[in-house]
Amino acid sequence: MATAAKATKYVGKPIKRKEDPRLVQGIAHYVDDLKLVGMLHMGIVRSPYAHARIRSIDTTKARSAPGVVSIVTAEDVDGAIGPVPCGAMIPDMKPAPRPVLATGEARFVGEGVAAVVASDPYALQDAMELVEVDYEPLPVVVDPEKALRKDSPRVHDVHADNAAYRWELEGGDIKKAFKQADRVIKVHLTNQRLIPVAMEGRAVLAQYDRGDNRITLWSASQIPHILRTQIAAMLNFPEYGVYVIVPEVGGGFGSKLNVYSEEALACYLAMKIEKPVKWTEGRRENFLATIHGRDQIADMEFAVKRDGTVLGLRAHFIADLGAYFQLLTPLIPTLTGLMCVGPYKIPNVRAEITGVFTNKMSTDAYRGAGRPEATYFLERGMQAVATELKIDPAELRRKNFPKAKEFPYATATGLIYDSANYQGTLDLALKKSEYKKLRREQAAARKSKTGRLMGIGLGSYVEICALGPSSAMPSGGWESATVRIEPTGRVRVLTGSSPHGQGEETSFSQIAADLLGVTMDDVIIVHGDTSAVPYGIGTFGSRSLAVGGTAMYRAIEKLRDKLLKIAGLVLSEDPANLVLRNKQIVSKRDPKKSMSFADAVGAAYTAKALPPGVEPGLEATHFYEPTNFTFSFGTHIAVVDVDPETGDVKLRKYIAADDCGNVINPLLVEGQLQGGIVQSVGQAYFEEAVYDDQGQLLSGELADYAIPRASDLPWIETYNTVTPTPVNPLGAKGVGEAGTIGATPTLVNAVLDALAPLGVRNIDMPLKRERVWKAIREATAGPSGRPRRAK
Amino acid sequence: MGVEIQVHVNGKSFQNEVDPRLLLVHYLREVLGLTGTHIGCETSLCGACTVLIDGHPVKSCTMLAVQADGAEITTVEGLSSLPEAGGGLHPIQEGFWEKHGLQCGFCTPGMMLAAVGLLRENPSPTHAQIRRALDGNLCRCTGYQHIVEAVEYAARKLRAHKR
Ligand code: FES
Ligand code: FES
Repeated sequence: MATAAKATKYVGKPIKRKEDPRLVQGIAHYVDDLKLVGMLHMGIVRSPYAHARIRSIDTTKARSAPGVVSIVTAEDVDGAIGPVPCGAMIPDMKPAPRPVLATGEARFVGEGVAAVVASDPYALQDAMELVEVDYEPLPVVVDPEKALRKDSPRVHDVHADNAAYRWELEGGDIKKAFKQADRVIKVHLTNQRLIPVAMEGRAVLAQYDRGDNRITLWSASQIPHILRTQIAAMLNFPEYGVYVIVPEVGGGFGSKLNVYSEEALACYLAMKIEKPVKWTEGRRENFLATIHGRDQIADMEFAVKRDGTVLGLRAHFIADLGAYFQLLTPLIPTLTGLMCVGPYKIPNVRAEITGVFTNKMSTDAYRGAGRPEATYFLERGMQAVATELKIDPAELRRKNFPKAKEFPYATATGLIYDSANYQGTLDLALKKSEYKKLRREQAAARKSKTGRLMGIGLGSYVEICALGPSSAMPSGGWESATVRIEPTGRVRVLTGSSPHGQGEETSFSQIAADLLGVTMDDVIIVHGDTSAVPYGIGTFGSRSLAVGGTAMYRAIEKLRDKLLKIAGLVLSEDPANLVLRNKQIVSKRDPKKSMSFADAVGAAYTAKALPPGVEPGLEATHFYEPTNFTFSFGTHIAVVDVDPETGDVKLRKYIAADDCGNVINPLLVEGQLQGGIVQSVGQAYFEEAVYDDQGQLLSGELADYAIPRASDLPWIETYNTVTPTPVNPLGAKGVGEAGTIGATPTLVNAVLDALAPLGVRNIDMPLKRERVWKAIREATAGPSGRPRRAK
Repeated sequence: MGVEIQVHVNGKSFQNEVDPRLLLVHYLREVLGLTGTHIGCETSLCGACTVLIDGHPVKSCTMLAVQADGAEITTVEGLSSLPEAGGGLHPIQEGFWEKHGLQCGFCTPGMMLAAVGLLRENPSPTHAQIRRALDGNLCRCTGYQHIVEAVEYAARKLRAHKR
């Protein structure tokens, strides 16, 4: 294994990105930058009600507005466009397919009611205001716990109640664990609803060519091939006539890992009008009608021994799914269930999930997707255990980690963790943060009269990455690559991965160049064009390098073997003795025996003297099916000061010690971690999708939904250990979501650690100033003379 | 109905008749075809549309094209023709590349122009000053730290250039 890591011209080095020159010059193209002759603009009229019967829609005025070309409602597309697909299947799940335009009823604020097409975006805005919809408001349910009550309004009339499904998982002997426990420690926690907020909203451009009966769809997507298949299915159009192209994408974080009604509507309208149709999402629409994430409530009980050993965990999760199912909506919470024991040896577990319908936008995969929730709940639980048992949180974790030699490690939830050294990242984090010194400083602060509230938070995590074996994935969990060495010796890699900021053009080039002994400039990575690239799955779930990169690796191996065979014949040398290096094929035994890479490539194409059984040409395809997930892990430490007067949290220091296996490019890994950690700062301290009880999204603009700004953050230090995975030949695990998984509980635990002497045990995220201030006030007898509240 | 405007963008002069309600960012993108300036919100909150107007960073979605009449505008496409770029990439572009200051690249043009504005006023900013100056520019990918390093890189390079 790790042959890729052995040839080290590029792999493992902090190489600057190949994609950057075009991006920093402003000459890269995102969907909204594209313009086609005769292009029209689509807009969606959206429901202002969270739940309403649509009595009628009057489009007469809008139709006669200047520039308007077409208007369609549910009635017009009925039978022509199928509902938004959902790929998740859970036994006894109640279906909640989303029609591309609200049919009969609207079930959340922002649901599309009509699509308007006009000649220019300004005329479009004017016309959309003229569409008159007569709504009859219906009772609304927003709170998932209330939605489960018998008397709750129902989101879907056809279902008896709002419980979309129940899912459960049990491992070990949970009853026995609780019988043997010295203590049972309970927590009730909320992981609030978040909005992904990629800086580029969604954008779609559809073109129809009647001569070829072909639809070309440019979309800001993470999954071009799945999108192609689903669009073909929704429109009942032959898949070979659908071409999806994903140009530059301005961030996704899971929000573009979906199939959306606007994509199908734009294709339908482009066909109907026979003109290209573009739709660019406004920021307000992005808040209302692009998938949301998280939104789970957990009740957990930890069965523990006095010494801190966790014997068992009982967990019940309520997952707010919103009104309809998008591509993976019901599936995401099950990842919370699967990962609920985290990096700990918890041999007995019972997890239950209740998925709930509410009159809100669908939740789905937002960076981490189910795992940040699991980790947050578990790590908050571990903090509670440490506090209750008066054990240092670092020691509590160490006590419950499986040892490095116990891997591969089988969890009670049925997963096999591939490889790890949890103590290693914990020790590294403790050392780099000078943990003991921090604790001494904290003890001194607690004794002093200044009232300074200093907190040290820990969070350990394990991340299920490289999604994943096909057995566990609705769409299949493999990835594809075709590698073509062209007659001039340049290498074209076609990958089914679909990067949107992760830098795979760079990391894949590093691997390919090393394997073939060429330069990175000799390699081009092509992605996101379904007519060029073999069928692929896409980029999400920290999978592109570990799964897509391995597909490429395997395809290159096939070509390498072929080239060496050809060179072996020319050089009269056993191919086993030949290596590719610096654009040469050289014998390890006899360096005089060598030929240029270009000549060997040329020989494959001119095909005059090929070894028996070797086909001409140099192209290979590999569909790589992983045998397991990979599991990255780490420990993070945050240090905060809380101002007792204002509730202000000052994040002073942040240390991350992570292990994502072999690192192909440390610059990119660092970038992923930094970005992920800061999204966690957002969840921990600032961000929350707030709906009022009528289902209006109150935090529906960037002004009200605070994503972190540059000045909100301290210097973040990242460190790593390297525990390669045995699952793939690269030894790489995945890092795209590690930051959002490990950091959120760390940041909250730090604040709770600061407030622990006051008896504060919980504050719900986000830990905004007023919430922290209120918790401090309620815990201490404030000037109002309110009594100290028992916790 | 249209209003005649004349602007200088990236060193070139343009004269156009525009709808009085046309936003400057739409003028740049749709009329002039300079699509390097991005739109992340249209409500002056994200900074993706930042350009330099008469040398100062301005969010081009907060302004009407007619208000830019007579102005000198620099967009990302014009960065490399500024004198300090010396014919190649501008130091800020180099800095973002060197320090991995971008991932998806969507916020990057606006970030770079805001940073150029800062460095013109303050050639040796501290980390805190860089962060404050970029507070009007949101990035969802990088976590900002590499952006801070990119701006420092450019500051160093620009100071050396002046000497
Ligand atoms: S588009 Fe102008 S500030 Fe966001
Ligand atoms: S690099 Fe993606 S938003 Fe900044």
